Amino acid sequence: MLLGAEILVKCLEKEGVEVIFGYPGGAVLEIYDALVKSECIKHILVRHEQGAAHEASGYARASGKVGVCLATSGPGATNLVTGIATAYMDSIPLVVITGQVPTSMVGTDAFQEVDITGITDPITKYNYLVKDPRQLPRIVKEAFHIARSGRPGPVVIDIPRDVSASLLEYEACDHIELRGYKPNVNGHAGQIKQVVQLLMDAKRPLICAGGGVISAGAGQELTKLAEILNVPVVSTMMGLGAIPGDHPLALGMLGTYGVARANLAVSRCDLFVALGMRFDDRVTGNTAKFAPGAKIVHIDIDPAEIGKNVRVDIPLVGDLKIVLNQLAGRLVSKENAVWWEEIASFPPIFGEDQGENPEITVPEIMKAINELAPDNIIFTTDVGQHQIWAAQLLKVKKPRTFISSGGLGTMGYGIPAAVGAQVACPGHTVLVITGDGSFQMGMPELGTALEQDLPLKVLILNNQSLGMVKQLQDHYCGGRYAAVHFKKNPDFHYLAKAYGALALKITRREEIGEKVSEFLRHPGLAVLEVIVTAKDNVYPMVLAGCGLAEMIGRE
Amino acid sequence: MRHTLAVLVENHPGVLSRVAGLFARRGYNIESLVVGETEDKTVSRITLVVEGDEKVIEQVSKQLNKQVDVIKVNDITNEETVERQLLLLKVAADPPVRQEIMQIVEIFRCRIVDIGRRSLIIEATGDEEKIQAIIKSLQPFGIQELVRTGKVAMVRGQK
Ligand SMILES: Cc1ncc(C[n+]2csc(CCOP(=O)(O)OP(=O)(O)O)c2C)c(N)n1
Ligand SMILES: [Mg+2]
Repeated sequence: MLLGAEILVKCLEKEGVEVIFGYPGGAVLEIYDALVKSECIKHILVRHEQGAAHEASGYARASGKVGVCLATSGPGATNLVTGIATAYMDSIPLVVITGQVPTSMVGTDAFQEVDITGITDPITKYNYLVKDPRQLPRIVKEAFHIARSGRPGPVVIDIPRDVSASLLEYEACDHIELRGYKPNVNGHAGQIKQVVQLLMDAKRPLICAGGGVISAGAGQELTKLAEILNVPVVSTMMGLGAIPGDHPLALGMLGTYGVARANLAVSRCDLFVALGMRFDDRVTGNTAKFAPGAKIVHIDIDPAEIGKNVRVDIPLVGDLKIVLNQLAGRLVSKENAVWWEEIASFPPIFGEDQGENPEITVPEIMKAINELAPDNIIFTTDVGQHQIWAAQLLKVKKPRTFISSGGLGTMGYGIPAAVGAQVACPGHTVLVITGDGSFQMGMPELGTALEQDLPLKVLILNNQSLGMVKQLQDHYCGGRYAAVHFKKNPDFHYLAKAYGALALKITRREEIGEKVSEFLRHPGLAVLEVIVTAKDNVYPMVLAGCGLAEMIGRE
Repeated sequence: MRHTLAVLVENHPGVLSRVAGLFARRGYNIESLVVGETEDKTVSRITLVVEGDEKVIEQVSKQLNKQVDVIKVNDITNEETVERQLLLLKVAADPPVRQEIMQIVEIFRCRIVDIGRRSLIIEATGDEEKIQAIIKSLQPFGIQELVRTGKVAMVRGQK
């Protein structure tokens, strides 16, 4: 006979779980008791449950495996919510385990009771409240299957204390049957044929790589296909790295903060092939003005995304790795020479030129990183201007090496996501690009990095403000600033020291090369603060209601 | 336009709230929703009446299909169907008008299921049109209480 908690751990081991990010409490005592005995699963104690969810997400994104996190009932569970929503928006596979008050007390407003399945309904792919311990093996197996297959996403398993604590015979579950859940993976042959025809006929074709290319592991297939056709490729923020950022066919990120040549290519193309993306408003700008002269092909594993936000001429449902192979086999090489001539005439970034700013600007730092970063670098970012500059300017060379909260735009994501990525990829240099605002939301997880001996590199781009919101106030509030300037910030240098990190600071332009290099090469945890101008805004920018071609640049 | 969707779902607790939540969240208009067990005890059938243009209805079906617990979604709007709603109606019925009410009940082939001293409860089934007609005919007598289900529908057998 085993405890429900022991059965849970056995099932997790069976799913190949190696790491769990978690935080204990009364409702998960039995689960922790069982977990410490596991020889296969390492538990990483976080500093805040939101960190646990983000860490599982960073782990999942860097490794391609399902990330697992664990928290107690009530506040433990609600602290996970932002992390779950962040993962849901970006289609990241997570299995989230929460403790719950005993079954007999569910519904009585018991101490630390919260209806977490109810709360997470809109932000999970699926969720379970386990009412009978005998169902644990099936539920765990289903949860992992649902989280990782089709369009990935988070799944919550809420386990009442009496379920963890009950004694029963373990019966393995080796087969699941979900009649309502059968993702289509093979592309429809007729549709494939039509897409091939369009690609061959187009004069100004453009491919757009979304996060789906990365989650399908189809980066190489995409690059190969683009090379056969000599087609330019733009990426969403989630799709950065699907094709190497320094590849001659890569035009960079499109969108309301996209780079100019990507946005102009979208606006001029006659065929837009969308791969694994969902046409978020930050990608399209005004949808009525999106790719106005183009036929749109949308290839995605999730049929519900097709036609949701923009009109689609040819829908194609399937797994991108399979579909791109199906397509590549039928294509013959092309030049698209006239199209490339036109693209060459587009300005590369638009507003990239900083002029002679006496203060340091973020693009200068991004340039230094491009020059000095080792090949095995993994970037994570927080949210704000620094994130956009990172997405526009960093050369992201491989899939799963640009980890950022795209859909939800969650400040406080960068540091925990980096913890997760570093746990998944111990030999890699993991660099967090954060702002002075975001840093203070994610900072507690430096404690986790310290405890786990993770050599994260944390770059704080300190503009003493919530720069992105300030930028919005410049454009939408007539430059009247409200609540965007930190009158006092803690001394990041001492905070870094407190976490046992190497603490570096750049205040003058001359120091950039040397200090960035020292920072990136430091073998342990390191924090580099760069004092950057507070006046700069990030461009190009597409204002509300405008199309991508109507982006504005620096004055 | 109004669409009728027949949605087969797993017969679990929680499914209905997921489906209803989906509609609220995405701003779809449900006119009526009826749920009940089917010939297979593990499956429930939800009959939904939704208002929306083709694009909205396509999204509704796709979002429903995406739910793990949803087994099948059928848009039966343009099928030949039998449709029924159930109506219970308490109408004021003092002796002088009782006879007249009973005649109406006869004409519409509904039933009187409770007789009180000053009121009657009438049960009726039928499609939307018939239910509306009954309500309208009984209105002048004074409707004291009215309850009705949404619509259930079934596609007719092949002729
Ligand atoms: C959790 C959360 N709260 C609020 C916001 C709104 N927001 C978007 S960017 C931003 C400012 C970020 O400041 P900082 O991290 O210093 O980056 P900067 O823009 O200055 O580079 C804010 C407040 C958000 N995205 N996430
Ligand atoms: Mg800032």
